[in-house]
Amino acid sequence: MTDVLAVADHRRGELRDVSYELVSAGRELADAAGGELHLAVISGPVEEYAEKLNREGVDAVHTVSHGEEFNHDVYTQAISQLVDALEPGFVLAPNSVNGLDYAPAVATQLDRPLVTDVVGVAVDGDTLEATREMYGGKVETTVEVDAADGAVVTIREAEWPPAEGTGDAAIEAFDAAIDEAAVGSTVTGFEEVAGGDVDIADAEVLVSVGRGIEDEENLELVEELADAMGATLSSSRPIVDAGWLPPNRQVGQSGKVVTPEVYIAVGISGAVQHVAGMKGSETIVAINTDPNAPIMDIADYAIHDDLFDVVPALIEQFQ
Amino acid sequence: MKVLVTVKEVATVDDEFEIAGTEIDDRFLGADLNEWDEYALEEAVQLTEDGVADEVVTVTIGPEDAEQTIRQALAKGADRAIRVWDDALADVDLLDVGAKTAILEAVVAEEEPDLVLTGVQTGDDSFGATGVALAADLGVQWAAVVNELELDADAGVASVHRELEGGVEELTDVELPAVLSIQTGINEPRYASLRGIRQAQRKELAAKTLADLGLEDDDVAAELTLTDMYEPETETDVTIFEGDASDTAGQLADLLRDKGVAQ
Ligand SMILES: Cc1cc2nc3c(=O)[nH]c(=O)nc-3n(C[C@H](O)[C@H](O)[C@H](O)COP(=O)(O)OP(=O)(O)OC[C@H]3O[C@@H](n4cnc5c(N)ncnc54)[C@H](O)[C@@H]3O)c2cc1C
Repeated sequence: MTDVLAVADHRRGELRDVSYELVSAGRELADAAGGELHLAVISGPVEEYAEKLNREGVDAVHTVSHGEEFNHDVYTQAISQLVDALEPGFVLAPNSVNGLDYAPAVATQLDRPLVTDVVGVAVDGDTLEATREMYGGKVETTVEVDAADGAVVTIREAEWPPAEGTGDAAIEAFDAAIDEAAVGSTVTGFEEVAGGDVDIADAEVLVSVGRGIEDEENLELVEELADAMGATLSSSRPIVDAGWLPPNRQVGQSGKVVTPEVYIAVGISGAVQHVAGMKGSETIVAINTDPNAPIMDIADYAIHDDLFDVVPALIEQFQ
Repeated sequence: MKVLVTVKEVATVDDEFEIAGTEIDDRFLGADLNEWDEYALEEAVQLTEDGVADEVVTVTIGPEDAEQTIRQALAKGADRAIRVWDDALADVDLLDVGAKTAILEAVVAEEEPDLVLTGVQTGDDSFGATGVALAADLGVQWAAVVNELELDADAGVASVHRELEGGVEELTDVELPAVLSIQTGINEPRYASLRGIRQAQRKELAAKTLADLGLEDDDVAAELTLTDMYEPETETDVTIFEGDASDTAGQLADLLRDKGVAQ
């Protein structure tokens, strides 16, 4: 019997979607390991969160009331104490920015192996089999973890369906003893990254450019295409990092989520954090020299060719 | 103030490749300085230029081949480099977070830096966890996914922005010493100048074994075993436009006109 403890994610008063995905992943793992699914929800309005998290398949929700927002020291201490009390085999956390800010510390403190950014799980006796990607999604791998002493696993967002239904979980307040002296970081606020001239989330058609464009001067070519088509220009992250386009043009996990009718990815590999922002597009077109680029997995139409040949030809079509 | 920067040489994969067992066949692999580490290094070098730090040391876990990449880091302004390798590591398919952390911890114990900068993740195995695990191991503070850094060395505080999802940043004060994992876009990494490249040849690059660091093979025993590697199955039925550029552009233009999204 191996129980699972999954840790919910929330921010500024709202549970994040991945929390419900964690319930599904947690249930799957608990079933495979023949154990119970426990959830932990730490900081913020935990009672309210616990009610929402009480979905089908949840055996217990443990609330830790401490502060309003995420603090990695509080999370690390609370989770370690919950693990001591409940003795779950697996600790599941989201592979979110906050998950990555505490899960490695939890694994270190508990002296358990850590597997991050997992997209699939299976259990065989004391062995955890995790599926994860390497090389920016070009290959998938299976890693085996000796989980006799447990393991900490972070799951990729949007890989499991969100859990639904209402459960009959026991909701219990857990009295974690937080050592304030050991809290060495303080969240002082939040900042929204600046808006700007256009909202790419409103666009019907996006021509989106990635690192395949190579140089800032070449950007003109894609701008010309967007103009010719009456489309809006967006980009992957490296283009914004380089300062070639402003942050409000960035599509992705840390940029904007867009759902246009047509999304044309020009020289974009389709890394998971990019895909997080555009996979809801109605029709996805990829122009990429690499037939194995992960963007091909979600594209509806593709041209395996050099963008410097295809884009000028496309501009001609619309002039 | 001394800054230690972790620098990894990552494998890059050609457009076309073949898998041999649980790895990509060598013929299809290249090598590069990990993208995220490049920003971490630049941040450290800028700290010296601003007079906040007085030494930048890089640490790399990697075989002798990696020295080319390490020289790049030296050419971009690191003062000296440490490279750790051992026969015990050569046989490991996938160096997991625990093993990397054990090695880096031993280097930190020798170097006693005031600040450690790592990349958020590496482009090949992308665990995204080494920085935070290292901090926890060392018992110092940390912050993951930092895209803005202001150091008050006198007060012993790093004020950082952590880049969360959806265009939101978290502002956090972190007590020093600390380990920060650095996100791309925090700065503009420089190209190595010719002078930098020449100077890099003369900078110290110390090779160390596990024994040099007081570690045993057991300390780096892998907890994770890579058992399979394959190309992911595509989820959609993608229609591929065939032909030369004018053909494919024509087909795509027709599609867009059919959809009524372009004239
Ligand atoms: C915490 C975190 C958050 C992140 N948030 C985001 C985010 O919000 N948005 C985002 O985009 N990324 C984000 N990233 C970065 C992400 O991991 C990738 O690094 C990034 O998306 C890669 O951008 P790219 O596809 O443009 O570049 P690459 O991955 O370098 O791909 C370039 C592509 O262009 C192709 N190409 C090259 N030359 C040509 C040519 N001549 N013709 C046609 N094709 C060509 C190549 O085959 C390749 O597929 C984030 C990363 C982290 C760790």
